[in-house]
Amino acid sequence: MPYLVHSPEDRSEMLAAIGVESMEALLSDIPARLRIQGLDLPAGLSEAEAMGRIRALAARNRTFEDRLTFRGGGVYRRFIPAAVAAVTSKGEFYTAYTPYQPEASQGWLQAIFEFQTMIAELTGMDVANASLYDGATAVAEAAMMAVVQTGRDKVLVAGYLHPEYEETLRGFAKGRKFHVLHHPSSAGVVDPGSIEKELHEGIAAVIFQQPNFLGLVEDAAALTAAAHTHGALAIACVDPISLAVLAAPGEYGADIAVGEGQQLGLAPSFGGPHVGFMACRTELVRRLPGRLVGQAFDHRDRRGYVLTLQAREQHIRREKATSNICTNHALCALAATVYLAYMGPDGLRSVAGTSLSRAHHLSERLAALPGFSPAFPRASFLSEFPLRVDQPEALLSRLSERGILGGLDAGRWFPELAGVLLFCCTELNDPGALDELVEACS
Amino acid sequence: MTEPLAFEKSRASLPGPRLPAAGVPEVAPADILPAGALRSTPPRLPRLSEPELMRHYSRLGAMNYSISKNFYPLGSCTMKYNPVVNEVAASLPGFAWLHPYQPEDTVQGALELMWDLEQALCAVVGMDRMSLQPAAGAHGEWTGLRMIQAYHEDRGDERTEVLVPDSAHGTNPASAALCGFRVVEVKSAPDGRVSLPDLEGKLNERTAAIMLTNPNTVGTFEEEILEIAEMVHAVGAKLYYDGANLNALMGICRPGDMGFDVVHLNLHKTFTTPHGGGGPGAGPVGVKHELEPFLPRPTVRKENGHYRFDQERPKSIGRVRSFYGNFGMLVRALTYILAMGGDGLSQASLDAVLAANYLRSRLDGLLEFPQPPPCKHEFVASARSLPNGIKALDLAKGLLERGFYAPTIYFPLIVPEAVMVEPTETESKATLDAFTEAVAEIVRLAQSEPDRLREEPTSLPVGRLDEVAAARNPVLRWSPRAAD
Repeated sequence: MPYLVHSPEDRSEMLAAIGVESMEALLSDIPARLRIQGLDLPAGLSEAEAMGRIRALAARNRTFEDRLTFRGGGVYRRFIPAAVAAVTSKGEFYTAYTPYQPEASQGWLQAIFEFQTMIAELTGMDVANASLYDGATAVAEAAMMAVVQTGRDKVLVAGYLHPEYEETLRGFAKGRKFHVLHHPSSAGVVDPGSIEKELHEGIAAVIFQQPNFLGLVEDAAALTAAAHTHGALAIACVDPISLAVLAAPGEYGADIAVGEGQQLGLAPSFGGPHVGFMACRTELVRRLPGRLVGQAFDHRDRRGYVLTLQAREQHIRREKATSNICTNHALCALAATVYLAYMGPDGLRSVAGTSLSRAHHLSERLAALPGFSPAFPRASFLSEFPLRVDQPEALLSRLSERGILGGLDAGRWFPELAGVLLFCCTELNDPGALDELVEACS
Repeated sequence: MTEPLAFEKSRASLPGPRLPAAGVPEVAPADILPAGALRSTPPRLPRLSEPELMRHYSRLGAMNYSISKNFYPLGSCTMKYNPVVNEVAASLPGFAWLHPYQPEDTVQGALELMWDLEQALCAVVGMDRMSLQPAAGAHGEWTGLRMIQAYHEDRGDERTEVLVPDSAHGTNPASAALCGFRVVEVKSAPDGRVSLPDLEGKLNERTAAIMLTNPNTVGTFEEEILEIAEMVHAVGAKLYYDGANLNALMGICRPGDMGFDVVHLNLHKTFTTPHGGGGPGAGPVGVKHELEPFLPRPTVRKENGHYRFDQERPKSIGRVRSFYGNFGMLVRALTYILAMGGDGLSQASLDAVLAANYLRSRLDGLLEFPQPPPCKHEFVASARSLPNGIKALDLAKGLLERGFYAPTIYFPLIVPEAVMVEPTETESKATLDAFTEAVAEIVRLAQSEPDRLREEPTSLPVGRLDEVAAARNPVLRWSPRAAD
């Protein structure tokens, strides 16, 4: 049988060494009425046959070329340097356990320390944790931090937060018994003046996405200031690539920055695994969920790294922990670390800049076509933008026939956005691909 | 040898990597955004050439212990071999490049895979339906408890307490608290099993659920599980199964038959998806029919050979994360299940139990064992009888010095100087014998040269690190020196 190591002789020898006649003696404490005779599953396959089955399943999916994928909505096709998989596929990384024994895990601990630093640098915050599951749970964890920190029981979501993030947040809020209020925006982005009226002393945090789910740029500084006026924390859910261009949460004074790191070297993979990140001000560090790596020294004064501030965590504090998170997404965080080390500040700026230029070029060309118009013409965007389209369904199936994955139908979640498609551009949508899309839309 | 940080190797003069040029009229951020929206200083990411980058992370990798190198005796972690073909399967373009918001008719293979995995996992644990959404075991626990909470609420039954044994994994009480429950601890009997008299006194109409691991964390089977289930159900509470220890039971017995109403699994334990240095894992959660309406949405539905997402679930607790789960991990788990089959999974559990009992018998006399044999897939020893004040921690570090990883130590909390060992089915007898030799040598050193032992490890990149000082004055990131 695959992956099993004992020969029949090994098993006999081991039973003899234990001093029992058969395996049954080792299972004698299981009540007879609970015993089953094997599993109701097919017999095992050879690797060749198993992979045949798996390949057949993969073949029943249709993948769109990266250059012809114009759909984002939280998951984006971007260039992934070969270095990323070359590192993450090393057995020394992907088959290692959580680095609880630091002397035998320095490679992992240092890589996470580098990840924490890179996220702190990108977000302009003081510290970052070792990763969370995804952007959605990162938003929920940040909200819970704010509820504990302020002792208040409401959070206010401002504007178009990713609908799946908001739904996840509402589930966590139901469990933890706090309330999620929503401040809508009629102009695509939140009017900071209007949100002032909804803020009061019961609100623990204002949560906004930058750029928001529609790709539009919020007045993050004004939203942050409004939150602070009423003693609430400002939680910014940010797109990491956008931070090459947009003001960092630390620059406008946000208290917690979270986000989804899929764009940093991870394949779409039908939605996961990706990686959530979280960064905050130093004052909040003891409220952070999940693992943290810190610098430490041995008795010969050699520098190393350890898991630290573990008194926040479930294995020490049990029901008093800041979160229940244990396993997080370390390997995805490593992918992001290698990606960011490969890109450096100039590479990241180039990726963001190319995406931005192409998206604006595409937006102009599409909006010039009959039946297309910008959904929110006065709002700014970076690389994703909402267009109002006549007959979106017919358009999307026409594009699909040409091998193009067209914009995301925002009306699926927001009735007021019926007929609005979100198109995105990355460095992989080359000018020829833009031409193909425009032509197919004409 | 230690390795400088990527930031310390960075050179300011190095140009960035070559990337696609826009090829369309360039738009500067300042042309489209107000000045206040722009970043003022770039992030201080390292600037490295690709050769330097590859060498840097290769060197870091070389400093790690991993299952591809040797044995992890970590109790409750099920560090078994990660089949390499699983990695090939997950990286097939037909999976890796799927966008989560593609039309359903273009992702039929992915939905079928999720359906097949759900059926297979349900068969292993004896449950009716399963959600594949949770990203990890603790996330599965929270999801399961949220469903139990919703179930009681739906019946107009306000229940506020969750019972957790004192031997439980730390995630159990943490997940219950995160769900807004009051955590009530149930005492263990001297043999490590749940104390029925104590349980009886703590069960009442406020009890929403009890969370149990079976085999429990000392590695013994809860023989009275059927009686426990009857007591719990008699007060209207639900039984929650923490699947961390499922590796002992596949094909032998099923949590669903024991009376458990909700089960979470750790695909990164029992079903060989790699630990990745701390994730990503996957924590599917299964339920009996009664709790099915509360499953996170969407679930996968099969209709006339066609698969679709079922979003219209009015009693659902809603989604617990973005998209549909750690899909890449689901691919790996199904690949493993196909290769193993029902016969292989059953033999895996038998071999896991065999390996644990064998290793336990080999270590008998070297360490103290609070519980009598047999154990199931893991056992707990105590280092308290080691001489000269040698602790479980010293034993752990001594094992690192001798080329092994350390067992789980100081857990479960009910055993002093606990040393928790889980060998799994993928370690050979020769490896277990070599591990025994290493423990024997450490026990000898504890008698003859305890101070030498307290200095170990000496042959790894760093010696014992001062974790107390690290926590007192935390340095959680690199910062450029003031002079730079």
